[in-house]
Amino acid sequence: MSIIVGLLYAAGIFLMQRRNMVKFLIGLALLSHGANLLIFTAGGLTRGHPPIIAEDATLADPLQADPLPQALILTAIVISFAVLAFALILFLRAYQTTKTDDLHDLRSTDA
Amino acid sequence: MNLLLAPIVLPLLFAILALFALHHPRAQRALALAGTGLLAIVSVALLLSVRAGGIVAVQVGHWPAPFGITIVADLFGAIMVVLASLTGFAIALYSIGVHDRARERHGYYPLLLVLLMGVNGAFLTGDLFNLYVWFEVMLMASFVLLALGCEKPQIEGAVKYVALNFFSSALFLAAAGLIYGVLGTLNMADLAQKVAAVEDKRLLTSMALLLLAAFGIKAAMFPLFFWLPASYHTPPPAVSALFAGLLTKVGVYALIRTFTLIFPLEPTFTQPLVLWLAALTMITGVLGAAAQMEFRRVLSFHIVSQIGYMIMGLALFTPLALAGAVFYIMHHIIVKTNLFLVSGVVHYLRGTGELKQLGGFYRAHPWIAILFLIPALSLAGLPPLSGFFAKLTLIVAGLQQQAYLIVGAALGVSLLTLFSMTKIWGEVFWKAAPGRPEPDAPPALEPARLRLMIAAIVLLAAITVVIGLAAGPLFTLAMEAAGQLMNPQPYIEAVLGGAP
Repeated sequence: MSIIVGLLYAAGIFLMQRRNMVKFLIGLALLSHGANLLIFTAGGLTRGHPPIIAEDATLADPLQADPLPQALILTAIVISFAVLAFALILFLRAYQTTKTDDLHDLRSTDA
Repeated sequence: MNLLLAPIVLPLLFAILALFALHHPRAQRALALAGTGLLAIVSVALLLSVRAGGIVAVQVGHWPAPFGITIVADLFGAIMVVLASLTGFAIALYSIGVHDRARERHGYYPLLLVLLMGVNGAFLTGDLFNLYVWFEVMLMASFVLLALGCEKPQIEGAVKYVALNFFSSALFLAAAGLIYGVLGTLNMADLAQKVAAVEDKRLLTSMALLLLAAFGIKAAMFPLFFWLPASYHTPPPAVSALFAGLLTKVGVYALIRTFTLIFPLEPTFTQPLVLWLAALTMITGVLGAAAQMEFRRVLSFHIVSQIGYMIMGLALFTPLALAGAVFYIMHHIIVKTNLFLVSGVVHYLRGTGELKQLGGFYRAHPWIAILFLIPALSLAGLPPLSGFFAKLTLIVAGLQQQAYLIVGAALGVSLLTLFSMTKIWGEVFWKAAPGRPEPDAPPALEPARLRLMIAAIVLLAAITVVIGLAAGPLFTLAMEAAGQLMNPQPYIEAVLGGAP
């Protein structure tokens, strides 16, 4: 799992170095996936122990998975989905107004 | 309604109402004005009640503290909310004067209110992940406000702004996840206790640095500030004034909150690091400003250099220095917003922001010139205006810590700030208007609209003067806020102990 996180980060950052707008966006998306999986892994992974207290028990299963990171990830996924959708449209408009998909050409507002 | 939740709920309520009135510009304007006005009143009431009764906390949904989401207001947070609301009110007034039909039809005022909600939420939350969510609320609204209108420079600026902020949010999220993985909590007060109990701080320091990078991007700290001067001058003046006043300050707020409460700065590593960053932020910002020849670009670079002063207050890490930082933020939000608003008036009257093409403003509009002079001199730190006391406090605090290098940097930067303010004054207001063959000069503003814009500027200038004149009582307030920051025990007790 941690290897996948590392790969996602590496791929995301590599793609963000590219000059192409679409590759840049895919890089951002991979990076946010990497962050989500990072939370998932950091929260501790267990298999087959749902965080539900059985009917006849009063205490939770001590091996149970922590449900909070998953709730956090859910929130983060929704947010990054919205931001990514907005960024996609923005980059489309940028392409239409500037007629280029090369990020190096977007320099007119730089200082 | 609970006073503590009001600064978050009110703007949301008015934003929804304004969305219903999307096709009735008049109703929208009235709602925006009423919403921000009420917000200002409520937030002042909140500040007074926090000052009288100590830190207040609400556990949302009655989940007890370390598990549920806590909304908490200490003096620092309450002061920030008051500033945000006052700025919001002035911006709403100004925007009504600008009277931009196309943007109003696409939800300008609801976005303005949602942005205020996000900013206030970030100031009042007591939970690290919740802070992330408020950041995103605020950023989403700011993305749309920045891109609304789809002019070419706007889109280009927005691309950079969105990309960098997205990246910093990913960093923040990763840091929050790691912190939860190691410490098992995200409640800031609970985190403060658990961090204090950890013996081996190495892993925690790396997380603290992740947060430093994430908030540093949002606060436009050196070396992560390049997005700011590339994007802040592109949207309409009212929007860039709002951004200039508030958004970077949310980053500064998050930095101060994190590095006083959760990871108090350590003299071995983090404190000198932050101190160096503060000095470099100041110097690069002001040098960048000196090289610029466009009204709003000069001001954008000045934001960067002013951020350096606030971080300096944090980095010195004494009660006096933190009080200086709080006072500086108070002064800066008002002054910077005002300068951008003035630049907007100049832009609307002359159709350009290039200093070379402007001139003769003092002859044509002496009152606007005076109104520019008040915030400009205050920014440079001339007595008796607000900036003087802010800088004085920081410099005294620096001398007490024998941090002579940064004091020297602060004084030098102050001088250069004065230089670039006089540059603007000389180019825009003082020199004779260049013989201007302007065939496409925009139509002069209707006097009624100009009056509204001026009203907003006068309001903020008046606040600046009041901050300068009432520096004593306000400084006491800042000292109290800094005291609460330096001694987080009451904050922790209010959050964890006093569950209603």
